[in-house]
Amino acid sequence: MKKKEFIWKHKDLIGLRELSREEIEHILDTAEGFEEVSTRSVKKAPALRGKVVVNLFFEDSTRTRNSFTLAANRLSADVIEFTKKSSSVSKGETLLDTAKNLEAMGIDIVVIRHSAGGAPKFLSRNINACVVNAGDGYCEHPTQGLLDVYTIRKMKGSLEGLSVAIVGDIAHSRVARSNIYALTKLGAKVILVGPPTLMPAKIEQLPVKVSYSLDDVIGQVDVINMLRIQFERMGSNPFPSVKEYSHSFGLTVERMKKAKKDILVMHPGPINRGLEIESEVADGPNSVILQQVQNGLAVRMAVLFLVNQGASLKK
Amino acid sequence: MEVLLSSDKIADCTADLAKAIYSQTKDAGKIAVVGIRSRGEILAKRLTDLLSKKLKSEIPCGTLDITLYRDDLNDPHGSSQPFVRSTEIEFDIDGKIVILVDDVLHTGRSTRAAMDALIDLGRPEAIRLAVLVERTGREFPIQSDFAGIKINLPAGKSVQVNFTESDGKDEVAIITD
Repeated sequence: MKKKEFIWKHKDLIGLRELSREEIEHILDTAEGFEEVSTRSVKKAPALRGKVVVNLFFEDSTRTRNSFTLAANRLSADVIEFTKKSSSVSKGETLLDTAKNLEAMGIDIVVIRHSAGGAPKFLSRNINACVVNAGDGYCEHPTQGLLDVYTIRKMKGSLEGLSVAIVGDIAHSRVARSNIYALTKLGAKVILVGPPTLMPAKIEQLPVKVSYSLDDVIGQVDVINMLRIQFERMGSNPFPSVKEYSHSFGLTVERMKKAKKDILVMHPGPINRGLEIESEVADGPNSVILQQVQNGLAVRMAVLFLVNQGASLKK
Repeated sequence: MEVLLSSDKIADCTADLAKAIYSQTKDAGKIAVVGIRSRGEILAKRLTDLLSKKLKSEIPCGTLDITLYRDDLNDPHGSSQPFVRSTEIEFDIDGKIVILVDDVLHTGRSTRAAMDALIDLGRPEAIRLAVLVERTGREFPIQSDFAGIKINLPAGKSVQVNFTESDGKDEVAIITD
């Protein structure tokens, strides 16, 4: 019967950096309660009935957008889908004007993805509606971080003392950042693995270890999170060839032989099969990639529910 | 604080409830018990044990979390906030006679929420309401089918149910809000 007295105070979810361990755990505990909704004959609950959620996506997405839409639908909210291509943004409207106009229509929650880091924070300061960050630049992707730690907690019981490797393009990865904040706050040890060209600047300021060799690390970790190589974000060539990257940092069947037997293999998707991860591993017995997607739904339902609770507290 | 039911009286009331439910429904294949979190869950388990013995068959028992169905979710509560827990009903409620169990029937709002939640899980043949204490103060047109004890209680007074499983002792008391 724990946590009954906990009060969620935020009307926004901008990042995991600013959340406490208790707040992160409260989201995960709440998400547990939401898993059951998706197993019913009527996969719906009326918790956000009459509320309007807008999916304000300035970057492409399938998983995250669909997951947020479904999460909002399962809580009986109405959803407006906004895409950059089919909107007035292509006519030059600013982010704030777009949001203010949507707010004038009476929306309650904005789920925003934007290529500019800080866009969700900016929006939250300037509109009254709740703001949920669905990925901003290289900053954060908090619901991905949450669903990753939720998945680990569910499979392993607790994160305390676990070793987690995050492998690949750390520099361009908001997923990595949100994961680092959530994992370290919940007591896990984080090892970042990748070529030096894909490590962010000032990495030493984060409470993590860094390794440039996957072979050195693979045997020690309980969880391995393989990031996608984001070709769309790479200007120069950070590694000599795709084949060489794959050879050094790809999660292959051969490398898996050195891993712990109960290692969890994760990937935020979309997968470049045969590049950062071999198909046999992605579809293998240690993979929880599809559970991540499934858990994402419960986590996003919890987040939408909680920010609405936080907003009604402020009324 | 005034003690309304001692531990012995609670056991008597629970036995009476089981007897009354049994006298109406003897078809073990049809009956299912569902408790509303959190005190209703405990009472539901006790009733299920008694009914299973009477019917010589394992009666299914589940727990309903009604948080998502509450009608005050968008009202500011100040010092408290509802916490969502899982509904755990691992049987099909279609065609079942569901005995919905709560500790106290007061405004009827929890019962309304519970019925909506149940209907999202399937189509029971009937829903019957069993409570340990039925008090005055209804805000909705809802009444119990089975009540351990019925009392008149003015506004400003509350019924507090303690169970050994959650509170260390069995006792029902009347407290002033």
